[in-house]
Amino acid sequence: MVETRERAQQTGQSAGPAERTAGGGSIFGHPAIDCDLHPAVPSTQALMPYFDDYWREQFLSRGVDRLNFAMSSSPPNAPFSARPDWRPKAGVPGSDFEMLKTQALDGFGVTYAIANVIHAAQAMHSEDMAAVFCRAVNDWLAKEWLDRDARLRGSILVPTENAELAVEEIERRAGDRRFVQVLLPAMGEKPLGRRAHWPIYRAAEKYGLPIAVHAGSTYRHAPTSTGWPSYFLEDYVNQSGAFESQLLSLISEGVFAKFPDIRFVFSESGFCWVPAFMWRAGKTWRGVRAEVPWVKTAPANLIREHVRFTLQPIDAPPDSDILEQIVEQLGSDDMLMFSTDYPHWHFEGTDALPRALAGDLARKVLHDNAMATYTRLHD
Amino acid sequence: MTDVLDRVQDNSAQAAPRRAAPKAQRPGIVDCDIHPLAKSAAEFKPFMSAHWWEHMTTYGSGVRQAFASTLAYPRMAPEVSRADAWPPGGGPPGSDLDFMRAQHLDANGIAHGVLIPLRMNAGNQRNLEFGAALCRAINEWQIENWVVPEPRLHGSIQVSADDIDFSVAEIRRCAQDRRYVQILIPPRNSEPLGRKRYWPIFEAAVEAGLPIGMHVGGVSGFPAGAGTGAVSYYYEEHQSLVQAMQAVIVSMILEGAFEAFPSLRLTCIEGGFGWAPSLGWRMDKHWKVFRSEVPHLKRAPSEYLREHVYLTTQPVEEPEKPEDLARLMEWIGYDRLMFSSDYPHWDFDDPAYAFKHRMTDEQKQKLFAGNATRLFRLEAA
Amino acid sequence: MSWHVVARADEIGPGQSKLVTARGREIGIFNVNGDYFALANKCPHEGASLCKGRIIGLAEADEPGQYRLSRQGELLRCPWHGWEFDIRTGQSWCDPENTRVRAYSTRVESGEELEQAAAEAKAEATKDGKTDGKAKGPYVAETFQVSVKDNYILVEV
Repeated sequence: MVETRERAQQTGQSAGPAERTAGGGSIFGHPAIDCDLHPAVPSTQALMPYFDDYWREQFLSRGVDRLNFAMSSSPPNAPFSARPDWRPKAGVPGSDFEMLKTQALDGFGVTYAIANVIHAAQAMHSEDMAAVFCRAVNDWLAKEWLDRDARLRGSILVPTENAELAVEEIERRAGDRRFVQVLLPAMGEKPLGRRAHWPIYRAAEKYGLPIAVHAGSTYRHAPTSTGWPSYFLEDYVNQSGAFESQLLSLISEGVFAKFPDIRFVFSESGFCWVPAFMWRAGKTWRGVRAEVPWVKTAPANLIREHVRFTLQPIDAPPDSDILEQIVEQLGSDDMLMFSTDYPHWHFEGTDALPRALAGDLARKVLHDNAMATYTRLHD
Repeated sequence: MTDVLDRVQDNSAQAAPRRAAPKAQRPGIVDCDIHPLAKSAAEFKPFMSAHWWEHMTTYGSGVRQAFASTLAYPRMAPEVSRADAWPPGGGPPGSDLDFMRAQHLDANGIAHGVLIPLRMNAGNQRNLEFGAALCRAINEWQIENWVVPEPRLHGSIQVSADDIDFSVAEIRRCAQDRRYVQILIPPRNSEPLGRKRYWPIFEAAVEAGLPIGMHVGGVSGFPAGAGTGAVSYYYEEHQSLVQAMQAVIVSMILEGAFEAFPSLRLTCIEGGFGWAPSLGWRMDKHWKVFRSEVPHLKRAPSEYLREHVYLTTQPVEEPEKPEDLARLMEWIGYDRLMFSSDYPHWDFDDPAYAFKHRMTDEQKQKLFAGNATRLFRLEAA
Repeated sequence: MSWHVVARADEIGPGQSKLVTARGREIGIFNVNGDYFALANKCPHEGASLCKGRIIGLAEADEPGQYRLSRQGELLRCPWHGWEFDIRTGQSWCDPENTRVRAYSTRVESGEELEQAAAEAKAEATKDGKTDGKAKGPYVAETFQVSVKDNYILVEV
């Protein structure tokens, strides 16, 4: 059964039951939903209870339980990976439940927060190992986090390079409605629009689950088409190029034509590059249309309908006029969704909502756009 | 609305191109991207040793892709060109100087044109010695076949970045000849261009007082999809050229190449320019937190972008609202934008029609002539 | 607006086109399956000469990976950036509402009808100094006589 957007859009403007009991507002004076924050697996040992006998034995005898599966894109000790006041005295940033609850959930007064667990499971070369790790992470997330705070929601980590196993994991989680989206990394082995990925989209569309495309790389390829940069900063900046590439892949491969109800949430992607991308993609489309005749409307229209962007990081100068102009150039109030990206360091204090987003637009960004995107938040 | 050059209609016009009759006395346009093409490889023979000519006609080009003699992603038009740019006398678009004069240089009021030879992937050959021979031949061919008969045209010193010694030697060889106005390096090489292994080339460029031009394209062997894998369509590959240009700029800036070479200037050719402001903001934003990783940077990344990087205008951006084009150009600065046509390619920009927003006379002067005249020292030549 | 004779009908066969000039404007005359259409020879994008473009069919797909071509000979591809225009209406395929090339009305008349009209016009002009507006274009006046056996294409400019 395809869960439709209509119900979500009807109720998007009103406060749901959870908001009323939670007291109705965030620190911003309006209900807020954090669409991207990062509980972290503290160690592989924490996942061991969630493996079956075969894998547990494998991991113990091979010492895999002692290995660290942080992603190369965000080394845990780097300044970016945790704002100083959000960094635990010991352990991986984001692994301390009490800190996250106090700082991210209570600290901003959010109604819901969507947990994207960044884990190198998606980069593992063995498809089966990737799949069991993803399953273990999702089990761990449900038990250690979603069970402990009713505000938390989760993204389903899936093995990106094996669509069949990914679909199995989606099917496995679909009944737990606290899982509200499917999580894919921004940089995998094949561009996300490629047909090999379509079974994942079919399953996600069936259950009304958006697909989060989250910053991060499995480094199957050099991060740029000009080779391997030197710095983590460089890789991080260059991710906007990857997001552009993925956006055009989804458009040109016809994912939006094939799955008309699907939504993608570009997470931790930035969004100030989006208008220039829309213009260039639209300009070229007019001349190459016959190559991809299933693209029947300008790319900007497809993006406005099918793609959302989490708010942080905001890649705009502090000058508020420019940010206002960019938001206007996006051409739709529906596209941005509030996030903190906790515990990553993008802003000081609770300064997560820029002045340029005010009034009705702020309400949409803080709450309504997420309610319209995530049908399961209406439960 | 921009000034529009009046076109005098010629009733027998079907074969002959239009003649332009400039309405205002505008100074001539500097076109920063014109693609000359050889009618056949035989045009390079006089500029190659017997050994390398033999190599070229037997083994031929060897770059990091599957196709022996064609581009990996077929274009939308034959020879990537405008359908009306095939010379009536024969040969592919861009191969006939007389036709180029009539159809473009004269018709569009081009006072100076910078040549960007593209074919043969001379800068990306896996066999570096062959690549060097090819670059040398192309460099000499540009002067003999194009610049000598047509002084409005200027050459670019083609080098292959992965062959540092050759590139430095070739720059030194050609730099005294003021008929070359820049050094041409493919944007895609074995490593991002800002990496230190390439710095001897920047040193030679600065010593010669020449800017470095990067024209989109290049065959690096890395998939076009900006770290996401191999794309399927030409549509995507065309857009990926922009991402590659951005990656090179980021590399040049964050590696500190502009800090080390304060007089180095870089021109991004045919990458468009819409991406530049947001890239500057993005670099600045994240540099603030990652600063300790790049202590060699003494200024915000966007400041290096602003000072060192020039952008040619084609393919001109087409925002939904013309005022956003004005905004883009103001954000970048009119002193860093330089007109280019990309003649004779399909996504050619006609100088009379490409800019759909209002510009002041001063802005037009900079964009159409002033910036390029200064950067390439055209008046000193 | 007035009607101008711009070409003999048999000069432009199905799938062919001809560039003509009327009242100082360059106009492309196209024969689409036996009917004649006239479009300004100037792409609304950057002014390219549309007559140099390829006459094509319409590529469509209901689903990714399924391609079909229909309406052969009914569309024109700009020789520069490849924008597709419906020859019948001048509308661009990608943005039919806002982006179109100027289209002109056409009709076909026989040489006999034209001669008769010319005679009537002459008589009228002699009478009171006016004509009925069916001016013959410079093409006819300069290059050949209208023959009663042939048909001619007229464009309203």
